[in-house]
Amino acid sequence: MAALTRPFRRRLLKRRAAAQEGGAPEREPEHGAVPEQAPVEIAPNDPLLAYFQSASEAVDIDALDLDSPALRELKAAGVKLAVPLVSQGELIGVLNLGPRLSEQDYSSDDRKLLDNLAAQAAPALRVGQLVREQEAEAVTRQRFEQELEVARLIQQNFLPKELPDLPGWQIAAYYRPAREVGGDFYDVIPLSDGRVAFVVGDVTDKGVPAALVMSATRSVLRASAQRLIEPGIVLERVNEHLCPDMPAKMFVTCLYGVLDPATGLLRFANAGHDLPYVKTADGVVELRARGMPLGLMPGMAYEEKEAVLQPGESVLLHSDGVVEAHDPERDMFGFPRLKETVADAPGGQALIDRVLADLEIFTGPGTEQEDDITMVTLERSAGGAMVQPAQNGTVLAEFELQSQPGNEREAIARVEEAVAELGLADARVQRLKTAVGEATMNAMEHGSEYRDDRPVSIRVLHAGDSLLVQVTDRGGGSDLPPAEAPDLEAKLAGEQKPRGWGLFLIEKMVDEARVTGEGGKRTLELVLRLQGGEDGDT
Amino acid sequence: MATRELEATVRQRQGVAILDLTGDVDSSAEAALQRGYDEAAAAGGPVVLNFTGADYINSTGIALIVGLLAQARARDVQITACGLSDHYREIFEITRLADFMTIADNEDGAVSGAEGSNHA
Repeated sequence: MAALTRPFRRRLLKRRAAAQEGGAPEREPEHGAVPEQAPVEIAPNDPLLAYFQSASEAVDIDALDLDSPALRELKAAGVKLAVPLVSQGELIGVLNLGPRLSEQDYSSDDRKLLDNLAAQAAPALRVGQLVREQEAEAVTRQRFEQELEVARLIQQNFLPKELPDLPGWQIAAYYRPAREVGGDFYDVIPLSDGRVAFVVGDVTDKGVPAALVMSATRSVLRASAQRLIEPGIVLERVNEHLCPDMPAKMFVTCLYGVLDPATGLLRFANAGHDLPYVKTADGVVELRARGMPLGLMPGMAYEEKEAVLQPGESVLLHSDGVVEAHDPERDMFGFPRLKETVADAPGGQALIDRVLADLEIFTGPGTEQEDDITMVTLERSAGGAMVQPAQNGTVLAEFELQSQPGNEREAIARVEEAVAELGLADARVQRLKTAVGEATMNAMEHGSEYRDDRPVSIRVLHAGDSLLVQVTDRGGGSDLPPAEAPDLEAKLAGEQKPRGWGLFLIEKMVDEARVTGEGGKRTLELVLRLQGGEDGDT
Repeated sequence: MATRELEATVRQRQGVAILDLTGDVDSSAEAALQRGYDEAAAAGGPVVLNFTGADYINSTGIALIVGLLAQARARDVQITACGLSDHYREIFEITRLADFMTIADNEDGAVSGAEGSNHA
């Protein structure tokens, strides 16, 4: 309050100086006038404040005896009479008067005049103050709205414009900022090897600062995701990048997972973010991994876990805007309720819709959203078949092999075992074995580049009159080398490398070999006709 | 499925160097195959590659044999193969390796054929 009265007091002091010239308030003070003095501050806890507030008339300063710093100042400044300006019980200013020029005391008429003046001036002054306050508020509000708009633009600019199309998977995302835009974000990053990284994060704080930290986090995440394989290492790296420049009291929670669409393997790490839920046939489970939020302190390690999403299963990544929504009684939506919704609802977009519907019922219709709400779901199709004809066939074998030189021998042995029941002629089995070996080597070498994290999966199917062997790598769909007949003369003359026989052999060994590339994985399908096919014996 | 690293040993028979190949002819065989071939070809006479003990030959192995064949042609060494199963014999034909080396049914045939051409 003391601060509010300050600009008005300064004016009153000016007027006082003018009044001392002898009733000519509009004239500038002439030479010899009492110089203007600085306004006297009244601290909020000064007893003078309460005294003025309750005073019903002009106060004789010299007669006042209070333990008040402001009073001492007023006395020192030569103030003789103080007329409190009170409007609706609120002290909004004080009219301070020095000694009369006649050196006589203020008469009771003077005082009456001043009291009348104060009674008139106080409400007018109050109106003036209110107008000013409102103007200032409007400016602040406008600036705030502009800031929100900037924050919204930053946020929206950094959210994915579209989600990748992963055959066999449904990806859905939902993001709705609160009015005071929070720091939520999500991202879906296709990686060069066919895997896809998923991110849901939340920056503490709101508005522009949160949006800026969010955009920085997202950029570092995107860069690290392409370079690094382990989710834990990715978060570690992002944390190291963020720590030096993170504003005080801000940090980022973040769930980072990498999905292999071919196998359903989801590897993830968590920087203090809400745990994702997986809806499985056996109920809803949480994906737990420990780790501190990003940007708090350097040198953090992030636990890395993995889970396999089976056909028909669905995972929900979410931000705390969901579980921390309140109902009118200030109860929180909470994790148990969300878990229940996940259990009841189908996966994918339907799950998001269900959570939103449940949230609306919980918070009550038309309630203003408290915080950003973000959800991302990944759902593996129930069919789960990688290649179309497989859906009608009987799976004789399905397995995965590490991409290591020599492992094609295991593929050969397992396929041979799987087809034993079909009673194929030995020559055909031999040809199939060679084709499987070559296809597996090709997948491990050219597709998966003999990397530990890129296994090769093999399925053996009996479909109609065909035997199908599907060899799938994680080569990101790059083209296979051409399967044309190698030029043996050129090779013998040393003009060509002696290699390059694999695909040529495969084509010669089976009735049909076809390549399908889907969602960053590549499948080489070997087809052997069981009836009416060429005998192949030599 | 058990892998067996290639052993390549040389023996002489009637002026022909016989390189017995036992084990897998794949990428792991490169050093052994080259050593064996160098030893077999040192005398300058014909060389017989005996595949009787080779149960597994893959495309990398084929590439190694193409490499040997290229070396042999450069030094005018005659190469004969024997002991191939029907399946691998077919592969030698499909890959046209058979056009550049004689494929004998067995070791005797290989030696006599090689011997004959050596003296011719």
